[in-house]
Amino acid sequence: MSARSVFRLILVPAVSIILALLLGSVLILASSLIIDEAINFALPLVAYESLIEGSLGFSFLDVEDEVVSFALSVDPERAERALTSTVVAAAPLVMTGLAVGVGFKAGLFNIGGTGQVLVGGFAAALVGASVAGQPAPIAVTIAVAAGALGGAVYGFIPGALKAFTGAHEVVSTIMLNSLASFAIVGLVNDILKITGPSFARTADVGNAALPVLFGRNGHLGVLLALAVVPLAYVLIYRTTLGFEIRTVGANPTAARYAGMSPRWLIVLTMSLCGMFAGLGGTLEILSPNLGYYPAIFGTSIGFAGITVALLGRAHPVGILLAALLFGAMRAGAPAMQITAKVPVEIIEVIQGLILLFLAAEVVIRRLLRIKADRVAPDELKTVAKSYGEGTV
Amino acid sequence: MDALFEIPVIGFILQLIAYLIEALATTGLAPQTLALATPIALGAMCGVMNERSGIVNIGIEGMMLTSAFVGFMAALVVHESGPPATPSAVFGITPALLVGVAAAIVAGMAVSLLHAWMSISVRADQIISGTVINIIALGLTSYVNRLVSAGGSAGNLKPFDPPDALVDLPLVGWLFKMFLAVGPISMSVIVIVIVLQILLFRSRWGLRTRAVGEHPRAADTVGINVIALRYRNVVLGGIFAGLAGAWLTLEYNATFQNGMSANRGFIALAAVIFGRWTPIGAFGGALLFMFSEALGIAIRSNPPEGALGDALSGIQTSFPSLYNNVFGALPYLLTLIILAGVVGRSIAPAAVGKPYVKESTT
Repeated sequence: MSARSVFRLILVPAVSIILALLLGSVLILASSLIIDEAINFALPLVAYESLIEGSLGFSFLDVEDEVVSFALSVDPERAERALTSTVVAAAPLVMTGLAVGVGFKAGLFNIGGTGQVLVGGFAAALVGASVAGQPAPIAVTIAVAAGALGGAVYGFIPGALKAFTGAHEVVSTIMLNSLASFAIVGLVNDILKITGPSFARTADVGNAALPVLFGRNGHLGVLLALAVVPLAYVLIYRTTLGFEIRTVGANPTAARYAGMSPRWLIVLTMSLCGMFAGLGGTLEILSPNLGYYPAIFGTSIGFAGITVALLGRAHPVGILLAALLFGAMRAGAPAMQITAKVPVEIIEVIQGLILLFLAAEVVIRRLLRIKADRVAPDELKTVAKSYGEGTV
Repeated sequence: MDALFEIPVIGFILQLIAYLIEALATTGLAPQTLALATPIALGAMCGVMNERSGIVNIGIEGMMLTSAFVGFMAALVVHESGPPATPSAVFGITPALLVGVAAAIVAGMAVSLLHAWMSISVRADQIISGTVINIIALGLTSYVNRLVSAGGSAGNLKPFDPPDALVDLPLVGWLFKMFLAVGPISMSVIVIVIVLQILLFRSRWGLRTRAVGEHPRAADTVGINVIALRYRNVVLGGIFAGLAGAWLTLEYNATFQNGMSANRGFIALAAVIFGRWTPIGAFGGALLFMFSEALGIAIRSNPPEGALGDALSGIQTSFPSLYNNVFGALPYLLTLIILAGVVGRSIAPAAVGKPYVKESTT
């Protein structure tokens, strides 16, 4: 790829990110009226600086007695810790991003990532606890496979519903999200909780916990996520199945005339999406700092996958890069809340704003008066079209 | 009668039916159903307004949540700054609550305007536009809620207390109770649904809306301004999403919690499909979906007697959390099942999801 085409490819996403951060800083500035009880022009800078310090490990500000001055400082130890938390936070986002991105390729909009994350993580926790005493390589393999399978089953349901009854995945997956959360909370509270801890949770996964490979908590899941990206690429762009998935996404009618079975492909793709999201939940639950399933397990990685997939143009490499960006934000947010008193929820707002500018990319392109590639996957047309048709 | 109740399985079903009849007539099951169906029905009216004019709106959830928060905050600010007001005898209306409801409606219209701009002018993907609204609404309301950490409450609107003479009427008494023993927003739903149904199928506006939703090119040819009509309908639809939000924080509850719309906006979408894009049908869908939750509340607050009641209380003692969560999950499960059963036979307006481009501009 030439430098020019790379530039055209990343222009709109880059501008969207910058605009979202700018708008986010306006929001933080307005928030300073409440946080500091007076308008504080330094607050956005301080907040973003602590965000960067928590995710990349270097600081460029020196705040002393409310006087802010620029001073670049890098602490290697802190940098290692920060970068580790960034990649650890990014790994599940790669999975949930693929869970949405692969769906787009088939013209499906999987917003059921949340439910598939819960079911996948739950399956991994239960199976993991039952093999907790086995040697680590066996235990981890079985638990991860269980998580992938759990997610796949939970993706299969909306896929089959769409293929055979026409129930659109946009509504059915959301219902399944709520159902998963109700069912699992009840099961953990009433049947699966162990005695001992002060809150309801399942038994420890023991040896099934993902082993730490580097840094404080850099676990195997990071490598898994890195391995899944090329696999997903080969699957979508280099196999017959991937070709069929893309054909159904581009034009279901053409796919049918070419002898493919759109129904079967929808079921299969939704199961695949569920598997990826299930793996995302698995990485969260089996990570060394959790290692069990808590009854109250609030996770936003499922929804974040939508933004990751769209920012990454539904391409595995793009998804990896977008996941790293959002992983960095998630890793840095707690430090930001402590240092600048800006609530961590600002991250969700910024993610939403990035998505807003991506959706309004026509406006951005018109403003820039520069030729840039479209960001939105073309298959989205199939998603919107199928919503109106109700049948496959 | 008792002998019938003792037959295995069938006896349980008979007991359940007997309980249902009794609960409808005596306890609050009927008004509770209408109350719980209110945000679903209002959200569905927003959906009908949008989809009948050719716009997919999956952002109803986010519109509801935003309105709920804005309405709550506005009411709270008025409540805490002004002199203490005595709530009116009927509905418990205070100036703060009125301001809150108005603010919620304005917020719903404002978010709808964003969706209209994205879908109609920018011609962005409408599914993505709705998703953006849902994500930003959840993030922004949670952020500001944490930031201001408002602990207070401006109170809420109270249900009407219908005269006993009406409620005690044989056979139809429970219907009066259902439609009268509810708060003002729930009561307004009946009027809104009927008026919208008549307007959509009996007025010039309705004919034009349906034409634009089915075949915008043809509508344009006969002189209908497709863009303006779509803008108007989407923004007006925001009124209903706004009212649904107001119901959440100013009528059914008196406080705001993060993500409290709890996917009701998506149940509303299912109600639209269930009702085949008609206001009355969607209202029926909303009642059907939420009846299960109302029944769950009735059973938990006023458990049936006899063998059925014993079985239920047995389950409740052994599995308290599952027992509650099964009832909580019922509306979502019912929505999923009915959606799968009914959707193949209902057809959306033909132009749904397709941005309209005037021929001369392409």
